[in-house]
Amino acid sequence: MARAEATAAANEAAPGPREAKRTMDGASTERQKKFYRDMLTIRRFEEKAGQLYGMGLIGGFCHLYIGQEAVVVGMQGALGQGDQVVTTYRDHGHMLACGMDPGGVMAELTGRITGYSRGKGGSMHMFSREKNFFGGHGIVGANVPIGTGLAFSNRYTKNGAVCLTYFGDGAANQGQVFESFNMAELWKLPVIYVIENNQYAMGTAVVRSTSETHLYKRGAAHNIPGEAVDGMDVEAVFEAGKKAILWAREGKGPYILEMKTYRYRGHSMSDPAKYRTREEVQEVREKHDPIDTFGARLVKQGVVKEDDLKAMEREIRAAINRAAEFASESPEPPPEDLYTDVLK
Amino acid sequence: MTQILMPALSPTMEEGKLAKWHVKEGDAVKAGDILAEIETDKATMEFEAIDEGRIAKILVPEGAEGVKVNAPIAELTQDGETAKPAPTQTKTIPSPLVGEGAPQARKGGNGHAVPAAPAAANLEDPAIPEGTEYINMTVRDALRDAMAEEMRRDPSVFLMGEEVAQYQGAYKVSQGLLEEFGPERVIDTPITEQGFAGVGVGAAFGGLRPIVEFMTWNFAMQAIDQIINSAAKTLYMSGGQMGCPIVFRGPNGPAARVAAQHSQDFASWYAHVPGMKVVSPYFAADAKGLLKAAIRDGNPVIFLENEIVYGRTFPVPKLDDFVLPIGKARVIREGAHVTLVAHSISVGLIMEAADILAKEGIEAELIDLRSIRPLDTDTIIESVKKTNRIVTVEQGWPVCSIGSEIAAAVVDAAFDYLDAPPLRIAGKDVPMPYAANLEKLALPTIDDIVAAAKAVLYRQ
Ligand SMILES: Cc1ncc(C[n+]2csc(CCOP(=O)(O)OP(=O)(O)O)c2C)c(N)n1
Ligand SMILES: [Mg+2]
Repeated sequence: MARAEATAAANEAAPGPREAKRTMDGASTERQKKFYRDMLTIRRFEEKAGQLYGMGLIGGFCHLYIGQEAVVVGMQGALGQGDQVVTTYRDHGHMLACGMDPGGVMAELTGRITGYSRGKGGSMHMFSREKNFFGGHGIVGANVPIGTGLAFSNRYTKNGAVCLTYFGDGAANQGQVFESFNMAELWKLPVIYVIENNQYAMGTAVVRSTSETHLYKRGAAHNIPGEAVDGMDVEAVFEAGKKAILWAREGKGPYILEMKTYRYRGHSMSDPAKYRTREEVQEVREKHDPIDTFGARLVKQGVVKEDDLKAMEREIRAAINRAAEFASESPEPPPEDLYTDVLK
Repeated sequence: MTQILMPALSPTMEEGKLAKWHVKEGDAVKAGDILAEIETDKATMEFEAIDEGRIAKILVPEGAEGVKVNAPIAELTQDGETAKPAPTQTKTIPSPLVGEGAPQARKGGNGHAVPAAPAAANLEDPAIPEGTEYINMTVRDALRDAMAEEMRRDPSVFLMGEEVAQYQGAYKVSQGLLEEFGPERVIDTPITEQGFAGVGVGAAFGGLRPIVEFMTWNFAMQAIDQIINSAAKTLYMSGGQMGCPIVFRGPNGPAARVAAQHSQDFASWYAHVPGMKVVSPYFAADAKGLLKAAIRDGNPVIFLENEIVYGRTFPVPKLDDFVLPIGKARVIREGAHVTLVAHSISVGLIMEAADILAKEGIEAELIDLRSIRPLDTDTIIESVKKTNRIVTVEQGWPVCSIGSEIAAAVVDAAFDYLDAPPLRIAGKDVPMPYAANLEKLALPTIDDIVAAAKAVLYRQ
């Protein structure tokens, strides 16, 4: 069982498949490049999804992850093989970071047979057993007990795996989140609660919905350690993620990471976003963009040259265009599929 | 050169107004710059550039109305390697929602394809005095007016829910209420359905008259314990001492392309429960008159609206205090050959089906249930005694459905009058699929209804 292979060693650096070099420096350089590439892939994917939505190829709700890329890329970098991930409806970035194929994700967005849910789930409901990605959930808060249950199964089978459970600042207020915290600490379950605090739940700013706005303190009543992290800095996320995952993997129980981040786009495609100023968004984009700031850092550190970043950009754009073509050209599911997969 | 196309900015948008250009020809733009403001069926939205380049030509002038989704609105020239036009950007691909195949009844928002209201059909409610003036308004506005009127009338009425105040309602039903009634009475809650439903129940026990909005009824499943165990049963359990005058309301039923967790009809779920009333109107006048009645009712009332119907426009009588009785269905069209029964959005479907049947010489009698619990079986049975045949239509699942209940009631009370077994048209017995083609197959269509009406008449 692949999941049983997850070990503490995975915390070291979570060597990705692209990582060839073994020296510490080489490894970290390769990792930095991968972080940049993965964040940019998510950004370009989401922009393309926004475009396809505008063309009517994607229907219903479509929640873009633009601005928050560093959170999932940093966390996934710290994860080991066999570890699990569960998240909300704002899930495209998480799936790409789990190594799911952009074409398959995009084709689900367009409701085609080649999509990860064979066209039946759409943007909010996608899964990959192969990549240990357990969804994509449309009901705010509902994925938190589910992630806790995945961690329960890990402890039960002693497979050494950890479950990353992502949710938003708005979701953090749901009752079932507190119930999960209590059980997770009580039973010392290997789960990391990653609160993606992008400062808004639809049109509601955190201060308008939440009595204690430092969400990392939410575990205090249950004795769960918590930490606030600069979610716009992929390396800060990675470092915090490693620490938290090690804690859970060693059997010490759950850990809460509050990622301070920001979403650039509306809540979903039909959000006029009147609850914040354009200047507020521009300010974050210009000064704290996770991709631009990290790219500049890599150039300054001499890890890459400007030209390397441009080449990466070209390559990624081409890959995303291919995914979009695949998603537009794949057929819809056949009518018989209406009745398949209702029961086993 | 890339064409910039009119974007679809909401799941129901088919066309919009180009309210304002923020750029002019010759301007350089980069990703994220606002290009224009576009008015959709729901709101005014800013439309951003995706690529960088220079605006070569503006094709649609500011102020233009009815600009179709995907119509080219400007041309962008691009330079530099990273700003290559995406090949798909210039292709116009018809939206699965607005293509020819789109089911008529799922169009909403801007009024066309909406079944014409009363004239031909007998829509006058008996309670309305002759000569009353009617004004056309959307269901959305009728609901808002009902709440506003009741809040003016009774200071113990208040509204709470997610995004009801500052955001003006996720579906804009509470527009303007915060402004008029202030934050003490129009209250934004955290995303805590179980919690605020329970707070509403407690407030009702304490003598207030809460209106609790669920952003959609799908999320009320988080709160269903409070609705049923606390709100519906307490009067009974307290030997009549307690009461729970509360309205739980919000959009119900399948919406467009939002898949299984956000697309479900809860009418039969709540209709099952003693201790509450369940209302599910279609027309704006019924929405208004029944919501006012629900707010005044001493019991918990489940008020099931429909997102797709919010934007439809119907006449509403201009009366100072228009309140309708909960529990009365209405015959909206008389006919001798077959009875068609529906509620909420399905009423639009049976109206269209009746027009088609009429062309083939079949006169359908149409009943809008309006209220699901109590269910007005008298009106249904009276009709069946005349037509001897019945077809029920709903969006919900077929098992233990509203149609099942009606079929049982008809068989009970009018067995000897039936010339054919009752037929039930419902949503397919599957979770709602996302894919456009499968979603269409999962929902009842006008063709299904026409075929069923013919089937009970033993016509091919
Ligand atoms: C139980 C439930 N209530 C309400 C909604 C509607 N809704 C969808 S997303 C959302 C806001 C959630 O905000 P947050 O948790 O901060 O996540 P973000 O969207 O910022 O990623 C709301 C209210 C829902 N899907 N489920
Ligand atoms: Mg948020």
